[in-house]
Amino acid sequence: MKIAAIDSSGLVASAAILQDDLILAEYTLCYKKTHSQTLMPMLEEICRMTELDLQSLDAIAVSKGPGSFTGLRIGSATAKGLGLALGKPVIGVPTVDALACNLFGVQDLICPIMDARRNQVYTGLYTFENDSLSVISEQMAVSVNDLAQKINALGRKTVFLGDGVPVYKDMLKDLLTVPFTFAPAGQNRQRAACVARLGMQYLLEGKTETAAEHRPEYLRLSQAERERAEKEKQC
Amino acid sequence: MEQKDILILAIESSCDETAAAVVRNGREVLSNVIYSQIDLHTLYGGVVPEIASRKHIEKINQVIEEALRQAEVSLKDLDAVAVTYGPGLVGALLVGVAEAKAISFASHLPLVGVHHIEGHISANYIEHKDLEPPFICLVVSGGHTHLVKVSDYGEYEILGRTRDDAAGEAFDKVARAIGLGYPGGPKIDALAKQGNADAIPFPKAKVADAPYDFSFSGLKSAVLNYLNGCRMKGEPIVEADVAASFQKAVVDVLTEHAMMAVEETGIRKLALAGGVASNGALRESVMKACEKAGISFYRPSPGLCTDNAAMIGAAAYYEYIRGVRHGMDLNAVPYLKLGEK
Repeated sequence: MKIAAIDSSGLVASAAILQDDLILAEYTLCYKKTHSQTLMPMLEEICRMTELDLQSLDAIAVSKGPGSFTGLRIGSATAKGLGLALGKPVIGVPTVDALACNLFGVQDLICPIMDARRNQVYTGLYTFENDSLSVISEQMAVSVNDLAQKINALGRKTVFLGDGVPVYKDMLKDLLTVPFTFAPAGQNRQRAACVARLGMQYLLEGKTETAAEHRPEYLRLSQAERERAEKEKQC
Repeated sequence: MEQKDILILAIESSCDETAAAVVRNGREVLSNVIYSQIDLHTLYGGVVPEIASRKHIEKINQVIEEALRQAEVSLKDLDAVAVTYGPGLVGALLVGVAEAKAISFASHLPLVGVHHIEGHISANYIEHKDLEPPFICLVVSGGHTHLVKVSDYGEYEILGRTRDDAAGEAFDKVARAIGLGYPGGPKIDALAKQGNADAIPFPKAKVADAPYDFSFSGLKSAVLNYLNGCRMKGEPIVEADVAASFQKAVVDVLTEHAMMAVEETGIRKLALAGGVASNGALRESVMKACEKAGISFYRPSPGLCTDNAAMIGAAAYYEYIRGVRHGMDLNAVPYLKLGEK
């Protein structure tokens, strides 16, 4: 089984090819250029390097959100275009779940955080049990305060990762009452290899969708919709 | 030797229409599918960029698949994939650009990025098989007001442009002020038919150092001041007269500048393009002026004036045969200038 995977949900752009349990190629970039300029050239490059026959792919996996709205759509539209042209299904992988997969085997609490602005983070709580990822709290958008309270209540040592760490590190240090640590480089950002790995699991479980059905999962309404809903509530 | 047909799949998502089309040799439309989001944006009184982008991603594959189905072609029959990469709403453009790049890559088809306004201008080629450059084109839409000299296929010279509001924007703002709602253009056009266009003398702005340029914000303010004045004095407002008089002020200026360009360049062909080109009063005014001056007049039918992908396919064909190709690093350019490659 072979999967192409992409992640453009945050600051990182990443593309990977997974065959069974082997990553044939991965290209990850965290640099100034926009995802629109980097993601497809990266995918093109790893396909060329691995002499990949695109028709040999079984599915396209994409980090479906949450994350930067525009970033998610670049990833989704790319996956949808590939799926349409190749006639292959798309696998939408929850972004925060894929982030947690960076820390295989860790039995402490795993807490990926992505900066969601407005003092919120996109996050979730995980741990590894019997070598498989166990979801304690599904991915969500919450305030850093609420997240810290939740972790304190669980009373377990916690490992943080994600692009929210540099933003909220100091705040977390003040709020947490449990022991905690931060994952190191190479394991602390989105990687398409992780999206591919979870994607393969989903594929084997039959959790795919058509390219036409696939859409990002923002976990948040647009600002205009939010304001409109608030206005209606006031009326 | 007979030339091989060139089939292009074109994708357009620069604003609030998700559109795809298949066009043969730049002139023959095999399919032209548009999913309009207008009802959704009407709730907010205008296009909300984030909502537009979200709808594009939901609908884009269905729209493309339908365009291929209606044209009775598959991707392997095509010669290129074309996509609008600017100007427009960046988030909206990016959906089409990312989708087009992925299809181009996976189908081994060349990618041709198209300028949205070049698309509007090229809409004229579809129904006027005889139209060839050079010609003068008046492009009027919600976001653009340009007077363009089309010297050759793919060669554009901007003679004049708006210094502030686009003509369509002025329609929307005035429509809101007289309580007509969004989108303003068609609503003002309809109401103006019942009004007296000479009832209120609104100003027709000229830009001192640039005779071809337009300015509509002064006109818009004049309408708002007129409405406020009436309200303060307790005088009744005849909305139909306001709509007709405002529309006449816009249409007169557009017509005058276009005719001036035709006269001064000696190019005796004038085309209309863009969403506002479907405005009845504008079409009639320019047509009459052309008849009077013995100028050939061209305009797309209303369905090809508003945003669509067939026009992108038409423009893409002439880019394609000129050898224009884009790479996988093609980005959306929200303020892309006409004639800029």
